[in-house]
Parts: sequence; structure tokens; C-alpha cells
Amino acid sequence: MTAVLLSLALLVLDHRFHHLQQLRSALSFLTYPLQYLADLPFTTSHWLSEATSSHEVLYERNQQLHAENLRLQAELQKYESLQAENMRLRDLVDSSFKVGDRVLVAEMASVDLDPYKQQVIIKKGAVSGVFEGQPVLDARAVMGQVIEVNPLASTVLLITDSSHALPVQVLRNGLRTIAVGTGRIDELKLPYLPTNSDIVVGDLLVTSGLGGKFPPGYPVATVTRVDRSPDAPFSSVFAEPRAHLDRSREVLLVWTVPNDVPSAYAPTDAPADAPPDAPADDQTTPDEGAPATPAESNPAGMDSTPTEPGT
Amino acid sequence: MSGSGDGRLIIVATLCVAMLLTILPMPEWARPFRPQWVALVLLYWAIALPHRVGVGTGFIAGIVLDVLTGTLLGQHSLGLTVVIFIAIQLHQRIRVFPFWQQSLGILILLIIDHLLGLWVTGATRGVAPPLIYWAMPLIGALLWPWIFVTLRKTRRHFKVS
Repeated sequence: MTAVLLSLALLVLDHRFHHLQQLRSALSFLTYPLQYLADLPFTTSHWLSEATSSHEVLYERNQQLHAENLRLQAELQKYESLQAENMRLRDLVDSSFKVGDRVLVAEMASVDLDPYKQQVIIKKGAVSGVFEGQPVLDARAVMGQVIEVNPLASTVLLITDSSHALPVQVLRNGLRTIAVGTGRIDELKLPYLPTNSDIVVGDLLVTSGLGGKFPPGYPVATVTRVDRSPDAPFSSVFAEPRAHLDRSREVLLVWTVPNDVPSAYAPTDAPADAPPDAPADDQTTPDEGAPATPAESNPAGMDSTPTEPGT
Repeated sequence: MSGSGDGRLIIVATLCVAMLLTILPMPEWARPFRPQWVALVLLYWAIALPHRVGVGTGFIAGIVLDVLTGTLLGQHSLGLTVVIFIAIQLHQRIRVFPFWQQSLGILILLIIDHLLGLWVTGATRGVAPPLIYWAMPLIGALLWPWIFVTLRKTRRHFKVS
């Protein structure tokens, strides 16, 4: 009876007040060896297949990577000139900001966690400077954010978890909204779009940076379905994450360079991740909790609700 | 005295194996079919040695499992404590059942465990997982005879009592 009451008390404490992070961290010293052990066969087999792969295979892969690198370098050149041009134009309207994020590659541990939650463990922790709320990407798009940091490993909540919401923007027209996880690994939903909003299948969603946790401009998902029924106030829009949430083995941890407006152009103290030209035409009113919780006490993984300049 | 210490080690070792099996990676489609390993192992020990493995053990194992799988603290321990409590109340009856009847009893206990977990998930996150996840207790119950035999062999081999 006491144990049941204790369990319930713990549940309430953990869910409502988030006081148990330290207990969890302490216990994770116990569970880390287990996770390490569960992951070991996969790491070993991976290593073995690397170590024993033949010369030809390695040569071939090297060639492939070389070609890809060349292609990416070429793209990068284009990107750099575009970035310079963008900055020049932004200078003209006095709203330039610093671009550039530091990135660290981390490997995922092959362990399965709670089947109802979309989360993964990565093998980098506080020792490498990982922090809570840190954005996590793969080579293609946003994957999620760090919700728990231990010395050698951390837990990442994926964007498809049903408790995760991510402020996004349609790349085509800058329409801002929130992408909420559905609990299915291949689907996001956009529940706060009015029926008349301009969104079509195939639109690319990128992070808007409004939550303050994710850097703006990273791809998130592609719209796969738009259902507009005339009698409903909101259209139901679904999108497929671009990141290979269920397949990637390597992830990128991002440190966003603080969006300080460089002093030379800093007459106004406008936050760089709230573009002043974007009209607040979408009434994004996320109802998922966390109404006034500060960003650091937010272990449920909710990206903080965006601060809308126009509402 | 040293015998009892060894016994504790064996019990903890089996629980560790169960936890390993819980987090061992499986393909996405196979996830609903993963039995509740920790519950099964704890149930065996609770039925076989109710004076050694009780509600407290279940509670601690549940907390460790919560940390391991990243659920709310208390989610697994709630189900495990309730189920172990029932198992200890009925252990003398369950012990003499034939295997298929034991499996049925275990099925009911596993369903209770699963249901309590679902209630917590539903209450705190407002999501209901697909119905296929009810396969978890079913598979656990089907595996019960083998788990029972394996653990009984282990127990007798190491003379845990």
C-alpha cells in the first residue's frame, strides 16, 4: 500500500513539479552500464564490419564520399555567396545577425526505450558539453531536442513525440505555425492552421526559431496531407519529418551562436529570431501545457511557446 | 549467511538480464510484441520466494526501469508493486496450478500491470497507444512456462531459497 502511494507521489512529483531530475541522474549511473551492455553487440558488430571490410569496399566508399564531398563543396560555395548577399541586404534594413552554429557529431545508442515515447539515447553527455534543450539534427533535418543530460549519455526527445511541439514556418511563404508530434515516428500534425491558410501538399516546413530553442531555418518536415472541411475552424494538416528518425545512427548536436546583433549594427535590440517582416497572420495558440514555465524547467520536452510579436 | 548473499546476487542478476531484454533494440514493428520481462521475472521470484522478493523489490526495480526507459518515475513501479502484492497474496495457489492455468493467472497480472502503465500514460500525456500493444501481456503469458522452468532451474542450481 505504501509502495503504491509512494509510486503515485513520485509520479505526481515528476510530472507536475519536475523535482526529481537529480534522483534520475543519480540512478542513471546504475542504468548506464545496462544501456551500454545492450548497445555493445551492435557497436561491436558495427566496428567489426568496419574493421574487416575489404579493400575494394573501402575504396568504393571512399570514392563515393569524395564525389559527394565535391558536390557539397560546390553547393557550399553557392550557399556562402547567398549568405553574404543575405547579410548585405539585412544590413540595409539594420537587422543583420550572426549566422553560424557549432556542431558535434554524436552516435546513437542502440537501445529501445518506452514504446509509447519517441526518444533515443545518444552517447554524448555533459562531459562533451551537451545541455538540456539542445537541438539535435541529423544530416537532413531536425530530429528533436535533448531532454536529459547525464555525464556520458543523454536522452533526446524526437519531434514526433506526442508531447513535443515545434514552432515552424512554411518555407514557401513564411506562414508560421506549430508542428506537434503524433506519437508515430513518421508523422507530425499542424493543428493550428485555419481552413483558409495557404498551405499545400509538398510544402517544406523549416524551424522558425521562435521558441528560442531551435535555430531558425533548419528543415523539419514535408507536408503530406491537407484536409480542409468547410465546417471545421482548422484544417487538419499532416507532415512527414525529413530526418530519418528511425534510421539515423549519427546525429548532430548544435550549439547556436547566441543571436547577438553585432555591435556595429545594433541600434535596435531586436531579437534576431523574430523577423520583423513576417506578419502574424496565423493564430497559433498551442494548448499544450507549459503556459508560463521557464525554458529550463521544461523536461516534458515542450518547446516553449513562441512569443508572437503581433498577438 | 553467505548463501543468502549469493541468492540476492542471483535475483539481481536475473533482473538485470530482464532489463537488458527490455531495452534491447528491436525493429519498429516488433515493439508491441516485447513482453514485460521485468514483470515476468519479478513475478516468478515473488511466487517462488515471497519472503525474499516482495513489494519493496518490485518498487525499486520499477524505479530503475523508469530511469532506464525514460518514463515518469513511478510509472513502472506502480504496476509492479500492485501486481507483486497480488501475486504474493495468491502465491500458494499459483504454485500448484498446472502450467496453462499459471499462464492464465500471469496473463491477468500482466494485463493489470499493462493497464496501470496505460492509465499513467493516458493521464499524464493524453495519448492512447494502438491496440496492438495489448499483445505485450499476451506474449508474456505465452512465454511464462519457459521463463518459469528456466528460472526454477537457475534457482535450484544456485540453491537460492
